[in-house]
Amino acid sequence: MVTILVERKKTISKEQIESIAWLARIEISKKELELFSKQLNDILAYFSKIDEVNTKSIPPSYHVLDLVNVLRKDEVKPSLSKDIFQIVPQTKGKFVKAPRMA
Amino acid sequence: MPSYIELPAYEIVKRIKDQELMAEDYIASLYERIKKVEKDIHAYITLTEDLALKKAREIDKKVKQREKTGRLCGVGIAIKDNICTRGIRTTCASHMLEDFVPPYDATVISRIKDEDGVIMGKANMDEFAMGSSTEFSYFGPTHNPWDLGRVPGGSSGGSAAAVASGMATLALGSDTGGSIRCPASFCSVVGLKPTYGLVSRFGLIAYANSLEQIGPITKDVRDCALLLSCIASHDPLDNTSVDRPQEDYTKYLIDDVDGMKLGVVKEFFGEGTQDSVEKGVLEAITKLEELGSDHQEISLKSLQYALPSYYIIAMSEASSNLARYDGLRYGYRIPNKSYDWSTVYSKNRRFGFGFEVKRRIILGTFALSTGYYDEYYLKAQKIRTLIKRDFDMAFKKFDVLIGPTMPILPFKIGEKVQDPLKMYMCDVDSVPANLAGIPSISIPCGFSKGLPIGFQIMAPPFREDLLLRVAFSFQKNFPVSAKLRSYE
Amino acid sequence: MSKIKSVEIKIGLEVHCQLTNLKTKLFCSCSSDYREKEPNTLICPICMGMPGTLPVLNEKALEDAIMVAIALNSKISERMLFFRKNYFYPDMPKNFQISQYDKAGGVPLALGGYIQINGKKVRIRRIQLEEDPGKLSYEGTIESSTYALVDYNRAGIALIEIVTEPDMETPKEARLFLEKLRSILEHLGISNGSLEGSMRCDANISLRGGKRVEIKNISSFKEVERALNFEITRQKSLIERGIAVGQETRHWDEVRRITISLRTKEEEQDYRYFPEPDLVPVIISKDQIKKIEQSMPELPDERRKRFIEQYHLSPQTAEILTHSKAMADFFEESAKLYDKPREISNWLTVEFLSYLHDRGIEIDELTLSPKHLVDMLKLIDEGIISRKMARSVLQDMLLTGKMPDAIVKEKGLEKILDREYVRRIVEKIFKENPQAVKDAIVDKKAINYLMGQLMKATEGKIDPKMAGEIIRERLSKLSKFATS
Repeated sequence: MVTILVERKKTISKEQIESIAWLARIEISKKELELFSKQLNDILAYFSKIDEVNTKSIPPSYHVLDLVNVLRKDEVKPSLSKDIFQIVPQTKGKFVKAPRMA
Repeated sequence: MPSYIELPAYEIVKRIKDQELMAEDYIASLYERIKKVEKDIHAYITLTEDLALKKAREIDKKVKQREKTGRLCGVGIAIKDNICTRGIRTTCASHMLEDFVPPYDATVISRIKDEDGVIMGKANMDEFAMGSSTEFSYFGPTHNPWDLGRVPGGSSGGSAAAVASGMATLALGSDTGGSIRCPASFCSVVGLKPTYGLVSRFGLIAYANSLEQIGPITKDVRDCALLLSCIASHDPLDNTSVDRPQEDYTKYLIDDVDGMKLGVVKEFFGEGTQDSVEKGVLEAITKLEELGSDHQEISLKSLQYALPSYYIIAMSEASSNLARYDGLRYGYRIPNKSYDWSTVYSKNRRFGFGFEVKRRIILGTFALSTGYYDEYYLKAQKIRTLIKRDFDMAFKKFDVLIGPTMPILPFKIGEKVQDPLKMYMCDVDSVPANLAGIPSISIPCGFSKGLPIGFQIMAPPFREDLLLRVAFSFQKNFPVSAKLRSYE
Repeated sequence: MSKIKSVEIKIGLEVHCQLTNLKTKLFCSCSSDYREKEPNTLICPICMGMPGTLPVLNEKALEDAIMVAIALNSKISERMLFFRKNYFYPDMPKNFQISQYDKAGGVPLALGGYIQINGKKVRIRRIQLEEDPGKLSYEGTIESSTYALVDYNRAGIALIEIVTEPDMETPKEARLFLEKLRSILEHLGISNGSLEGSMRCDANISLRGGKRVEIKNISSFKEVERALNFEITRQKSLIERGIAVGQETRHWDEVRRITISLRTKEEEQDYRYFPEPDLVPVIISKDQIKKIEQSMPELPDERRKRFIEQYHLSPQTAEILTHSKAMADFFEESAKLYDKPREISNWLTVEFLSYLHDRGIEIDELTLSPKHLVDMLKLIDEGIISRKMARSVLQDMLLTGKMPDAIVKEKGLEKILDREYVRRIVEKIFKENPQAVKDAIVDKKAINYLMGQLMKATEGKIDPKMAGEIIRERLSKLSKFATS
């Protein structure tokens, strides 16, 4: 059953976009911020359509299949360590080199 | 132009196995065709000519020595560039993965190799499969073979365009919210999104895990059944892969829809649907009725919420799936500067990702963040339940559900890139199948003003047989002629 | 410290234990035997979070975790889910951790339960499975190093996380809780706590009226008590100066032995938990739980009871012995070889414990086997060494791992058993000390002086019993002579 609820406008402020972008580790320029602000708010306004639906007693469908208990045996299989290490952009000895932490 | 590049795969396989055609000659002619038309269409990101010819020669040798050969014996296949291929770079059409060469094959690639398929190259797509036009590729857009000024659809635009223009006989695409069916519709080829769980996702670079499947893009329905038979198998490496017996889907190619009940989904003919599309699809429905099927309109009320729900779920999952691209272990990393790790990550991701990817990551991050989770992600997943229930109900009354694949004809390149929301609206008819996890096929049903129209059929989970039967019957009785163009 | 006791303290713990009995990682088939391996040699596309890869749960890890839940009296979920915990950090290959969650529809492996320490129940809030991140190292310190080095061998190792209610009231209780937990896990045979970094924990602490402070980065159980004591002192002094304790996360600096405030930006984490789409739910049936329960080895509490009954130990002794699996094992193996369990337990709970405690090590880190102890006890029984000598032999054994008879021989510690030899020495002493002999004849207490002389001459290697006998024998001859 689909019932109509009160619509509430969904918005995102520029400050929010900046902090979300930090959370997502994406640097954005001032120009991008302007552009995204308009586009993202348009999209969110459209998303607010879902507010119409009353889903109070409806369970979520995180998985569309009814599969459960897919497990594997505790057995070692050959890994591809060498191939994987070979494509690391920056290394030091046998380590992956990361930027400074502080 | 040798005629066999126009042949479907099952014909190619037969001729190679019967030694009427050398795999090497046939593969070479596909590359000749590529040399002629790829500059206009740009269906590929990476071509693997040397590997393909080598493989073709091996197959010819096998055939000559009467060794057992696979069901795809010698057939040239384009692989969407978000499916990992060992030793062949797999870019996801992103600057981030421009030089990424996976040391492993996706399970579907192993299956294709086992069946003696020949990989032609990696097909263009929207970056990380986020888009409906293949314009959001770091490597530039793909052009629609039927009108070079228009988009081929997306995100598997390269795969569909390659098949439609004779640069590959078969192709693999992936479909998260319509990414196989949309370009199939726009390029007048057959595209099938299997039931969620039928084809292994291992090696498919994730955009939205709970929605996507790999599937075939082919010239006709028989090829579709053939390729599906080869790739559909249980895979212990994928938790969401269903353990069911292997099937030969070609046995469902039955020209008989007599007495079948077709449900015409009312919501698929909403206000955004172009008249020409509506007209084309209604004609197709009439034709199916001529073949003895019954049709009736059905309304699935929850579908009006499918598109926003789809985008919320897809973006949320994407924001997490794409977090791994930080430039540390693989992928794009800015030149060595003395920034701290957080800044380096933010810069790698700023320059490594395109606009659409960044938009979706930011919105997805927002939708999962504290205080918004219930309102967005949880709510969308609940609406998904409603959509599933509506489909379950509909399938109690109907064998299959039908409607247009796309609400519109292929649009002009550049027409929608500035307006993401407009672009999203194109997916309105394709996303419901992904949300419900049900199989869906798009088949060509005609042209309007020289532009292809696609017809969508949906079935209950794991009833690909029904899709193929309806699609095959339609194709057999009302073939849509699609001659290759020369572009000269 | 006395002041601190007057304040109500609440301590809660979040313990991470590696399931060290597994051969592979939690979600991939890479070897989990990462210690002392070359960096980045036990990595595969899955644990490196490479594009297109998918996790598959290790069934043994699930069994292990169920065992822990049973042992901690927790309620096991019928249908558990994995959730993604999203945050960026260079030790995390996917920039999210596959974990479990008890909010937003999440269902972890188990909820509730308790561990009993000294008759007190410390309640468990939840038990969950999750993956370990890789390991970061620096040239110098984290603050000064211009880069970090990452080894992903540890990434993906199976962890169980055990979160307690804030039921502990002293740092010592926190330590006892952790030791007991370790003993339980070791009895289950699923986690070896003596492996470096195999058990780590975060602690939260609040003083009456104050806000909750979290202490992260406590790399071993031994550090917990120290970190908590520091934090109590710090918070007390703030309170005394009228400064409110703010809710925050602090970092335990093992070298400087202080807690430091983490930058606020890192605190503003928003983990954006949501269900892992690539892992299907896990249904745990009552049958499966029953089956695992039946196959479970003896737990410390059961073992303690058995020790009391079987070996007639005091409850206190039994408690001490079973507080550590290695200690309890050492005791039982010794008891198999030597039929005086209380003699064994005396040596273990006194001499051994103080040695181990001083060095902060476990008994299984010694090069000493139960046979060492038993052989030593037999040497005492045979009168070859005295108890006093045995103590010095034990110290040598602990340091060198040599067998007791070898130590005795090397150092010439054997008791002198040759009575004729002793008689000759006694003869000599009597000649040199005529007055003392005279005194001893009339006064029995004066015999002690002669005994002392004899011990001195034999460097104590003589059995006091035999020494007394020979002196008395000689004296009685003399006294007979004198009276006749």
